[in-house]
Amino acid sequence: MKVNDILAGAVLLLLSIAILAYTRTLPNIPGQNIGPAAFPGLLAAILLGCSVALMARGWRARRAGPWVARMEWTRHFDQVRNFGLVCASLFFYSHFSEKLGYFICAFAVLGSLLASLRVRPALVVPLALGITLFIHTLFYKLLRVPLPWGLLERFAW
Amino acid sequence: MDMLFSPHYVKAFFLVMDPYVLTVIFCSAVYGLFVGCIPGLTATLATALLVPITFFMPPVPAVAAIVTASAMAIFSSDIPGALLRIPGTPASAAYVDEAYALTRKGQPELALGAGLVFSVIGGLFGTLVMMAFAPTLADVALEFSSFEYFWLVCLGLAGAVFIGNASVLKAGISLVIGLLVACIGNENPAAYPRFSFGSSELAGGVDLIPMVVGMFAISEILRFVTSLEAPLHVAATKIGNVFGGMWKLTKKYKWPIVRGSALGTIIGIQPGSGPDMAAWMSYAMSKKFSKEPEKFGTGHVEGIIEAGASNNSSLAGAWIPAIVFGIPGDSITAIGISVLYLKGMNPGPTIFLKTPENIYAVFLVFVLANLIMLPLGWLAIKAATKVLLVPRRILMPTILLFCVVGAYAVNNTVFGIVLILVFGVLAYFMEEHGFPVAPAILGVVLGKMMEENFVNSMIKANGNPMAFFERPISAFLGVATLIILLWPVGAWLWKSKHAFR
Repeated sequence: MKVNDILAGAVLLLLSIAILAYTRTLPNIPGQNIGPAAFPGLLAAILLGCSVALMARGWRARRAGPWVARMEWTRHFDQVRNFGLVCASLFFYSHFSEKLGYFICAFAVLGSLLASLRVRPALVVPLALGITLFIHTLFYKLLRVPLPWGLLERFAW
Repeated sequence: MDMLFSPHYVKAFFLVMDPYVLTVIFCSAVYGLFVGCIPGLTATLATALLVPITFFMPPVPAVAAIVTASAMAIFSSDIPGALLRIPGTPASAAYVDEAYALTRKGQPELALGAGLVFSVIGGLFGTLVMMAFAPTLADVALEFSSFEYFWLVCLGLAGAVFIGNASVLKAGISLVIGLLVACIGNENPAAYPRFSFGSSELAGGVDLIPMVVGMFAISEILRFVTSLEAPLHVAATKIGNVFGGMWKLTKKYKWPIVRGSALGTIIGIQPGSGPDMAAWMSYAMSKKFSKEPEKFGTGHVEGIIEAGASNNSSLAGAWIPAIVFGIPGDSITAIGISVLYLKGMNPGPTIFLKTPENIYAVFLVFVLANLIMLPLGWLAIKAATKVLLVPRRILMPTILLFCVVGAYAVNNTVFGIVLILVFGVLAYFMEEHGFPVAPAILGVVLGKMMEENFVNSMIKANGNPMAFFERPISAFLGVATLIILLWPVGAWLWKSKHAFR
């Protein structure tokens, strides 16, 4: 989904108004007439000015293109699936890695992505396994990052 | 010459010659060459992906890894430029057509050899300038107060917005978004938890590593998986002797080499402009001053020589304001600066007083990185036709998992992974809508420094904004910043007045 400058400016305008409203709730530094609200308040005011300018620019060029346009790739199922899968992979890993463990999550993420990117089916499982082990060795063994074992706790090495 | 034999340099020399540091330099060189060589993987991405690894290293090897990988990636991005007509990073875009034309003429070794040899010369030139001027500049900077620092940050950010962006307005918005992200958390003058909405993770602020990884790596992965482009085609399979004829070229084009190196260094020092801008300007300058301008675009090596020297020299140049003032000029140096902060080597003039050997070690790493670029770059060119064909369908999922684990490794919490998702998607949509990402990164890196100096100055000045112009250097910097900021308004008024007539 691609929006024109008028709509992008409107979103930024709302954001800047929300930030300005929020900064009014912040207290001052005791004994000073300046506080944590000053800097974000100033930035929000600049953002407000910029978003109005963006909307004005978009308005002048409103006939040049549609207000909302589909990105070309959204017409292709493969690309939409890939995009969704990357986002879903990150969501899945962040929510389930503590419970299921690194190995299961990493293998699932890699396997599904490799398959979705049309890597030869016979290669998907060995590649996913190999890359999972490689990253595990690098971070868990060499850099000592405590990657969670989760369900495979019994097999920890 | 005395400078090189100072006790600090001797200490620094032994710091760099440590086998661990040398191994890190070698590995990051190979890594930088590999990543830079793959189309679609930029030098910034190479640097960003390294940050989680440097997290676990002592200061000198950590910075060495960043410096080496970025220099190598900028050179090796010439390889896909010459063989595929796809610049590995934007820094090679200026002369990609020229290099590809040489390949089509059956001379890929000339394009690649010139890229390699003159990158090394440019890189060494920029490094020598940095070694000569950074300590002197630091002496001057010791006199600076919060007023001067505030204006310096403004000047740096104004440069980032006004130089080399298609839309100044959108670059400005991107910068403000970055500065607002830096406001999240309780690291502010009042230590009040801002924009954290009760989340303990947000109260700690947004870590730069997940943000950088998200904005550069995840967004790149999203672009790859949604791309509709056809598979790549390598134009040459056989590459001859890359060093053949280089001495002759050096003698023939000695002035373009010096001009490219000098211009690149100056552009690097200038905040907001990095290697890509340096390459474009040097290529244009080379054509303007050339005795054979008509040959440009037909596979003429002169432009490649000057611009190739320029983009690598700008990399060292960009580190001068980064080290001396803590103000990076482009996204690669911004990432480098964040590593300096992570390692407790807080950039600024006092770094030359507190831990001079560490910073001199960084200078020596620049020299070493440029020297080993010759043999390793030669190997990379030899292996290029194979590396270019590494299937990105396998590489991208690997990078994704690397990002996930790298983001987790920062605090050993999954919050980092949520951040890379959010910033990755944000950066993807920002770029699709014409908002450049680099100003946002600079905003996040410089946000805290800017706010601290702004609030401190306001408290010192008792709320009087004119105090920002009372000290001479501060007044000069302030006026310079205002001129840059008001330039577009002035130009617009001038244009509309003339249009009216």
